[in-house]
Amino acid sequence: MEEPILTARDLKFRYDPEQPVYALDGTSASVRRGEFVAVLGANGCGKSTLAKHFNAILLPEAGTVLVEGINTADEEKLYDIRQTVGMVFQNPDNQIVATVVEEDVAFALENLGVPNEEMRRRVDDAMKMAGIYQYRERAPHKLSGGQRQRVAIAGVVAMRPDCLILDEATAMLDPRGREQVMQTIHRLNETMGITVVSITHYMEEAAQADRVLVMSRGKVVMEGAPKEVFSRTEEVRSLHLDVPQAAELRDELVKAGIPMPEGIISTGECARALYELLK
Amino acid sequence: MASIIQVEDLTYIYNPGMPGAATALEGVSFEVEEGDFVGIIGATGSGKSTLIAHMNGLNRPTGGRILIDGKDIWADPSKIRDFRFMVGLVFQYPEYQLFEETCYKDIAFGPKNMGLSEQEIDRRVRQAARFVGLSEELLQRSPFELSGGQKRRVAVAGVMAMEPRILVLDEPAAGLDPEGRDTILSQVKEFHKKTGTTVLLVSHSMEDIARYADKVLVMAERKLAMYDTVERVFARAPELLQLGLSVPQVTKIFLKLREMGVDVPTDVYTIPYAVKALLAAKARRDAGESLILPPRTAENGKGGGAEC
Amino acid sequence: MLRDITIGQHFPGDSPVHRFDPRLKLVLTILYIVLLFAASNPLGLVLSILFLGVMYKVARIPLKMIGRSLKPILPIVLFTAVLNLFFVAGEGEPLVRFWILEIYPEGIRYAVLMSVRVMALIAGTSLLTYTTSPIVLTDAIEALLRPLGKLHFPVHELAMMMSIALRFIPTLIEETDKIMNAQKARGAMIDTGKLTDRVKALVPVLIPLFISAFRRADELAMAMECRCYRGGEGRTRLKVLRCTRQDYLSLAVCLVCFGAILASRLVFPNF
Repeated sequence: MEEPILTARDLKFRYDPEQPVYALDGTSASVRRGEFVAVLGANGCGKSTLAKHFNAILLPEAGTVLVEGINTADEEKLYDIRQTVGMVFQNPDNQIVATVVEEDVAFALENLGVPNEEMRRRVDDAMKMAGIYQYRERAPHKLSGGQRQRVAIAGVVAMRPDCLILDEATAMLDPRGREQVMQTIHRLNETMGITVVSITHYMEEAAQADRVLVMSRGKVVMEGAPKEVFSRTEEVRSLHLDVPQAAELRDELVKAGIPMPEGIISTGECARALYELLK
Repeated sequence: MASIIQVEDLTYIYNPGMPGAATALEGVSFEVEEGDFVGIIGATGSGKSTLIAHMNGLNRPTGGRILIDGKDIWADPSKIRDFRFMVGLVFQYPEYQLFEETCYKDIAFGPKNMGLSEQEIDRRVRQAARFVGLSEELLQRSPFELSGGQKRRVAVAGVMAMEPRILVLDEPAAGLDPEGRDTILSQVKEFHKKTGTTVLLVSHSMEDIARYADKVLVMAERKLAMYDTVERVFARAPELLQLGLSVPQVTKIFLKLREMGVDVPTDVYTIPYAVKALLAAKARRDAGESLILPPRTAENGKGGGAEC
Repeated sequence: MLRDITIGQHFPGDSPVHRFDPRLKLVLTILYIVLLFAASNPLGLVLSILFLGVMYKVARIPLKMIGRSLKPILPIVLFTAVLNLFFVAGEGEPLVRFWILEIYPEGIRYAVLMSVRVMALIAGTSLLTYTTSPIVLTDAIEALLRPLGKLHFPVHELAMMMSIALRFIPTLIEETDKIMNAQKARGAMIDTGKLTDRVKALVPVLIPLFISAFRRADELAMAMECRCYRGGEGRTRLKVLRCTRQDYLSLAVCLVCFGAILASRLVFPNF
């Protein structure tokens, strides 16, 4: 079997070594190349902490993190790791460095010492990929939230990472901005084969992933295709999470004595099942 | 009951007369009755944030009037502070306004500015803290030690403690996890029920609006597009979608069924109602009635009638 | 409202002045300031101002912009004028004398020259900021200071700090606006009440603002690390400053003008 692009084995981590509280408490997870993985969990479950371990922003107290087989504790490979695994954070404002869109997209390449001509090409490609090429000479603070977040994504994509980690990248956006960002991410995943790990609170976003990981108290407690995970409505709820309304409706109908097939999580599937029932 | 908010032909222009002048609101008129829970929806840039900043006089109308409890709030500009106490405004990400050493002091900031007695302030702080579920122990802690959701609740309590007659909240659940979101919104609803305070709630989540509001006000392109009860607004789903807005997922399911030609109501917006409607539909089918609509009627599905 | 403040006022355009290499533009501006003080005869000053006027014309910046840039420094101009007026002692009899103050003809001459000079200085540096975007200006400063890097002077860090500060000015202004509104909604007397009340009302604005600025700095630092930032060493740039023949030609023209103005002082020292 192909080697996973990201592997975390029995991670232990706490922010304050004086305290007995572990943010990660024996977390194990792996992500295959080209996969789209959503990570869910209530606040404080350790999902952001896990994300920060995947590009060596944080190093585990115990356990290992491998990125394409490289241990993140290997300091000499630090910049290889950060180039392989790009991170996009929640607040677009706090990750944009420059006052002009294209200069911000170029920031990582400038740091890496990429020659000027190649840089121009890669910056343009990244901006087109993220759909912000037409704003390249604008000031980031004059763009909408969704556009700004795509500037941040382009800035990471310009490094040509193999994997993109989104740490609640859509949490501060309005529905339209969220849709634009998710479309961009899916496009990157499908056309460029970039592996995506998306940490989110939005169940609709998770429902579109290939695989869902649910975390609680520093551990991965559920794992599987969105259908499998969201069909276990009671279990998901007990972890203080939501399920898509379609799954909730299906559950309520079953409780009310109407037979419904399993594994319904999208509105389309639900409507089709109901059509079969009522026609 | 008398209207507590009357907005008459409200128009607002940013930087009038300057090169950067931009109209943010155009001829908005509506009334809100005391004790209502109104959800406000609209795409970004539709003018909803500008509108709520008018409610307590942070923005001054370029044209038109706003009456709170029958009084024009700009009749005497020096009295504007009285209206700020009457209309409590909770902004987006309100936790970023916290500044005191303890949560208690921060919640007391508003009441203190109102010039209330120590005793009254204490009563209000404790009551507001109870509404948002902050324990006695947390009140004495620094707000900066709390979790994101707790900070948010301290900030909301800070406005509740002013005991306004109208509480306006701009996306109070933004950025919170599902549990945090449900907690804060049900606390607001509880506050609304117990105190009878009129609530205006801005939200991007149609599911939340469907769950908590009685009426919905829809803003689009700087104008008021709809203002009606929740079921009547969500029954106009095609129009909402055209305005770049969404409808709750359950409503979407029923819309899809309708498109497929199944005779189901279109004003469904909550799960319990959906279950009831489906049970009724199934009972009719089991009784031998065909639920498939003739193709022509299925076309104009937004009429919403179930009589065919 | 705070939002109306524009900082580092830049008027984008496509004139020869706008296109001129920012490093040379910066050097010329400094030379121009030196010139204002070196060519201290009235004729020299008149010629310097004429030169500046022509430059404004070429840059297609309306002359009334000069007035706008001078407005805030008017008190300083008046102050220097008054100082010169009263404290420059000349030979012979004073023109006016009352109490301990004496005004000599030289005083008047110096007062006028000095105010004109200060105003020309401001108008000259304003032209630089009007025609050069802050970020380009930062690049130019970095390029010009680069030799100091050999002496372990943190040139890159300084330039990075400046550009990040410029980047965050609009963000923080917006944030200030939001916090002010939030506190006003809780009855803080920011726009109403006595002066002392208003000053006191700043505390609830400044504390959240600082906290938020530190949080932003924290997050920005992490985002920069994620994008492989490791200081100035080995960095390349997307936009490399390059001097063209046109730039050198413009430089030569300006230098000739400066030379001519300086010569006017030597030829007509008393005009």
